Order: sequence, then C-alpha cells, then structure tokens
Amino acid sequence: MNSREDILGRVRARLGRNPENAVTARKDIDAALAERVQGPRPAVPTDTAGLVARFEEKSAAQSSSLDRVAALADAPAAVARYLTGMNLPLRAVIWPSLAGLDWRAAGIEVAPRGAVDSDMVGITGCFCAIAETGTLMACSAPDHPATVSLLPETHIALVPMSRIVPGMEDAWNLARAELGSLPRAVNFISGPSRTGDIEQTIVLGAHGPYRVHLVIVEDA
Amino acid sequence: MESRSRHFKANAAASLANPVLQANLQTAKGKFVDKRAIAIKEIDDFEVSREAAKNIRNRVLENLDLWLEKFEETATARGATVLWAKDGDEICRHVAEIGQRHGVHKAAKSKSMLSEEANLNLALTAAGIRPIETDLGEYILQINDNEPPSHIIAPVVHKSLDEIADLFHQVHKTPRKTEIAALTREAREVLREHFLTADMGISGGNFLVAETGSVALVTNEGNGRMVTTLPRVHVVITGIEKVVPTLEDLTLLLRLLPRSATGQSISNYVSVLTGVKTPAERDGPEQLYFILVDNGRADVVGTEFQDMLRCIRCGACMNHCPVYQTIGGHAYGWVYPGPMGSVLTPLYTGLENAIDLPQAATLCNQCGVVCPVMIPLPELLRKLREKQVEKHLRPWFERLALKIWAMVAASPPLYALGSWLGVRYLKWLAGGRDRIAVLSVAPEWTLGRDFPAPEGRTFRELYRKGKK
Repeated sequence: MNSREDILGRVRARLGRNPENAVTARKDIDAALAERVQGPRPAVPTDTAGLVARFEEKSAAQSSSLDRVAALADAPAAVARYLTGMNLPLRAVIWPSLAGLDWRAAGIEVAPRGAVDSDMVGITGCFCAIAETGTLMACSAPDHPATVSLLPETHIALVPMSRIVPGMEDAWNLARAELGSLPRAVNFISGPSRTGDIEQTIVLGAHGPYRVHLVIVEDA
Repeated sequence: MESRSRHFKANAAASLANPVLQANLQTAKGKFVDKRAIAIKEIDDFEVSREAAKNIRNRVLENLDLWLEKFEETATARGATVLWAKDGDEICRHVAEIGQRHGVHKAAKSKSMLSEEANLNLALTAAGIRPIETDLGEYILQINDNEPPSHIIAPVVHKSLDEIADLFHQVHKTPRKTEIAALTREAREVLREHFLTADMGISGGNFLVAETGSVALVTNEGNGRMVTTLPRVHVVITGIEKVVPTLEDLTLLLRLLPRSATGQSISNYVSVLTGVKTPAERDGPEQLYFILVDNGRADVVGTEFQDMLRCIRCGACMNHCPVYQTIGGHAYGWVYPGPMGSVLTPLYTGLENAIDLPQAATLCNQCGVVCPVMIPLPELLRKLREKQVEKHLRPWFERLALKIWAMVAASPPLYALGSWLGVRYLKWLAGGRDRIAVLSVAPEWTLGRDFPAPEGRTFRELYRKGKK
C-alpha cells in the first residue's frame, strides 16, 4: 500500500468515515469554500482619509518611511529626493509595469527587469495596500518580478491611494475580482526585513531590504 | 531527530546546573510575554478571535481526510506535485529523489520543524546535496556543529551574543564583532551567496489553503521569500494537520499567530504561494512539491488528544511556561519543547520514550490561557499521565505507593489510623517548631521550601471533640 492510502486510510478509519457521512462532510466542505465566512476583524476606518491615516500610522510603526505625491507623474521626482537625501545612487531596478514613467527627467536611471544581487535600489508598485497593518500586497507577474522588492537593500513602493483597503479580507476579494485565481506568489510586505534571533533584540535588514520607503499617490 | 526525552530528568538537572544557560534564559525571560500582551490589545476581543480560530482548526480536523483530498486536488490543478510521507525516513527519501531528478547540488532551507523531525540535513548530505539553513537562528546552530534548536520560534534563545560572536569569528574567520547588527550583516552576506546559487529551496508551511492549493509562509527575515523565489525547485514539507479551508480562515489565523509568537501584529513577510512560475515570469520555481507528513499525526486524529492537532506552532505556551523558562528547550530532548512538546513528544515518539515529559508541568494553565487555538494543554498532560498509569509505565515504587494509597483511602478505619499516625509523626519531626525543614519521606519536596507542621491531632479528632 502506498503512503497516501496508508495515511488517508488511517485518518478515515479514525474518523469513522463511510459513504453516507462522506456525502454530508463534502457538503460542509463545499459550503465552507462557497461561503468564505470572515472571522472577527479589528475596527479599521473605511473612509479614505481614515484609511490613509491608519495605513500611514501602521507603516511607520513597521519602520517604513513615507511620502505623498499628488499624481503618478510626480513620483519620480519624489523618489529622486528620497534617494539623494539617503545618499543612495540614482539607479534602480524597477517593475517593468512602471518603466513608462519619466524617470530620466528626475535623473534616475531605471532597469526594467528582475533584480540581481548588485542592485542597490528596487522600485515596485503594489496590487493593493492594507490599512490595518501597514502592509503592501505584491502579486507576482511577468511585469512584477518578486525579486525587485526582495534583493536590493532599499525598496521603494508606489502606493495608489485608491488601492488602500481596510484589511486582508478585502485584499483577497479584490484579487478574486480582478485576477480570478491567485498568482504564483502573493507577498505581503510590512516594512524592512528584520530578525530578533540574537538575544530577542530586533535589528532591521536581515535577508531582505534594510529600508522600505512608501510613496502614496493621491490621484491614483 | 533522535529523541533524548527519556533522559529528561538528567537533561533538566544539567540545564539547571549550567550557569551560562541560566544567564541566557534570564536575558530572554519575559520579552515575548510583554510584547504579546501589548499586541493582543489591538484585537477588540481576543477571546472571540481565539474561539473562531479554534473552530476553523476543528472544522478541518473533523473531516481531515476530505480536506486533504481537496487540498491535493487544488494544489495539483496549479501544477504542484503532492507527495505523502509516513515518517521522517520517507521525507528524506522523497527529498533526495527530487534532488536527484532535478540535478540539485545545494538546498537553501527556511525554517522547518518537520525537517528536524526527519533529521533531513544528514540525509541530504548523504545524498550529495548540501543543505544550508538560512533562518539566522538555524544558521547559527548549523555552523555550531548542527546543534538542535531550543525554541520553535527563537532557535538560539539559549545562546548569548558573546557566544555567537565567538562562533562567527571562528567559523567565518573574520574579525570578532560584538554588535548584533554587524553579526546579522555578516550572516546576510554569507547566506546571500547561497540563496543565489541554491538549486532547491526547502521550506515548512505555516498553513495549507484548501481553497487555492497554496502554502502560506510567515517570516521576518525574508529567507522564506528567498528560498521560494530564487531556486529552480521548491519543496514544502509540512504536517497533514496544517490545512485551513479558505483565505479568510488563513487571515484570521494570521492575526493570531504573530501576536502570540513574537507580539507582532503581522510578520514582516507573509507569502501565499500557489503553483509554479508561468513561462513569461522572470522568477519563481519551475517545480513545486508538497510533502504531506504523518509521522504520528494520523494516529492522533479521532482520539482524546485530537485537540493537540490544532496547534499552529506559535510558541506562546513555552514563552509563558515556568518550567520551560527555568530549564530551556534542550532538556525536553526532542524537536518540540515546552508544554506543546510535552504533549507532542509522547504522542509522536511513544509514551514510553518520554516518560517524564507529562510530569514536567505544574499544571498552572498559563499555557492553556495563552494558546491562540485554545488547546487545553494541562488537561492533555493530565490525560497522558493517566495513560502512563494505565499502561503500567510508571516506576514500581510509584505504582506500589498509589496502590497502598487507594487501599487506605477506600477504608475509613485505615484512613483514620493512617492520619492519626501521620500527624503525630510530623509533629514529632517538627520538634516544637511550626515548620519542617527536611521532610524525610519526600526530601526533594523540601529542597526549596519548608513543610508546615501539623498541630498533632487530626481533623476527625478535633471535630469529635468539638461535638462533645
């Protein structure tokens, strides 16, 4: 007998599985998958101003830095200001989906591709952002390589204000509505990577970025 | 991992006598506890969320066979291969075979307790695949001659900064660093090279989502993302009990897991991974394998211990356990320490191999109160004690003592005589003082405290006298 049958066989025997109760149980499973009942959720504002304020507050608590611009076209200049202020190179790997903005005018040289080890700065967008915890949701796609938010020491993300949702449940519903099925990788990112493994003392910058900078775009 | 749990008493005594370990445990004490207390306040009613989390886990366990089939169906539909393993050896065989099939030389691992259960690193090395632990704590243990972890969330909680500084200096042959940030950067640089050159990524799975056929991984360091993004092959090794129905259910559990573990409202990275990369994608694995592991779990389904399978491995029970805080994790002798380990180790490795673990608890119920999925840990420990007695696993003198006690307690005249003798003996032993410093029948009990001396007459005597 193969291991699958052995393991499932023992589970079935212990649960007293028979054809009749399997029918009822399958109904329960189908119901659970169809209803997708939400559990208790912490109170989060639902109006735009409240959502943005909560997102900013929680992002800062996760050690992300924040900026705001009026329009997408203003983003490159804001990114350039941040990089200059941080004494970082004006050179970045970028999600190909964002390469169309006028980065050259802001003095930033962008490479639309997946990230490699030597990339110092990565610029991404996000699928949406979650106010409850100050979290970005990034969905992998040919135009959204997952490495851009992971390998560089500095990660800059453009966050359209209209895409800030209250909680993760809302993010899943958005993904179901817009993408149909889940992409290969959904990555929720809440600030720079960190570790507390040595003496339970948190240090920023473990394997992923040391810095996460969020640029909220008001009319996007 | 070979269990050393039968040597619990000796292990615990050694831990208590180790001044370095005691100092390190003191440093760690309370840090997670305080952070958790703050983090759960963000949830309006934590008890309501615990109840909901318990129900989600129970819903799956009650029909585990069918939920597993459902997960297998959805995961396979997205291009993953689902394999099953009865025990640790079978995990090792599967991973070695996958490695051979895809020409793997190096495997980068994010934390997986199942791989500890299976002793996977040894097997990989034997199969010509170099395993690299990438969680900072697990990496420290690996370069320290494959030392086992002492905590499921903070594997090196038993080590001081000084010890780690020495170790890096010796192993990396670099100048000795004493700043935590500098040590972390040194490990980052060593491990980055491995992430980029590994052919296989191995991860555990915090949850499996039946709705979508996904695995959910939480990490703070980003190593979970690295090993599931860069290598060509990704192998997920996880227990059969980890299935949850929907993304909504996952979301609720993700509110409880990091808060209970480290006091974070969310882990830095939560990755929900489904299937393999499409041809147009620039990153992601071409092959995805799930190894669903029994290793003792299936035989707990449907028993009085089934509640234990709700466990989401947050570590809150050990963080709050006075016994764990005093002896550390290694004394427990197997993969899982603390209260959850004292239940899991006997269930998974045999009651007779962990005879002292169910006893290694004061039953104070701190663990039961903090458990995010409401596992009645003290009750399960008590049930394991009952099982030990039923199976005649306790030492002969304990069994004899209990037999005598049962006989005496069932007979009022014998009981009266026993207590009549007892109080007089104890009064004599106290020698006029109101405390007994050394109780000759149970000297261990009075090691750290005195025994109050009785007045010299039993309750029955006093009662009879009062009535007259």
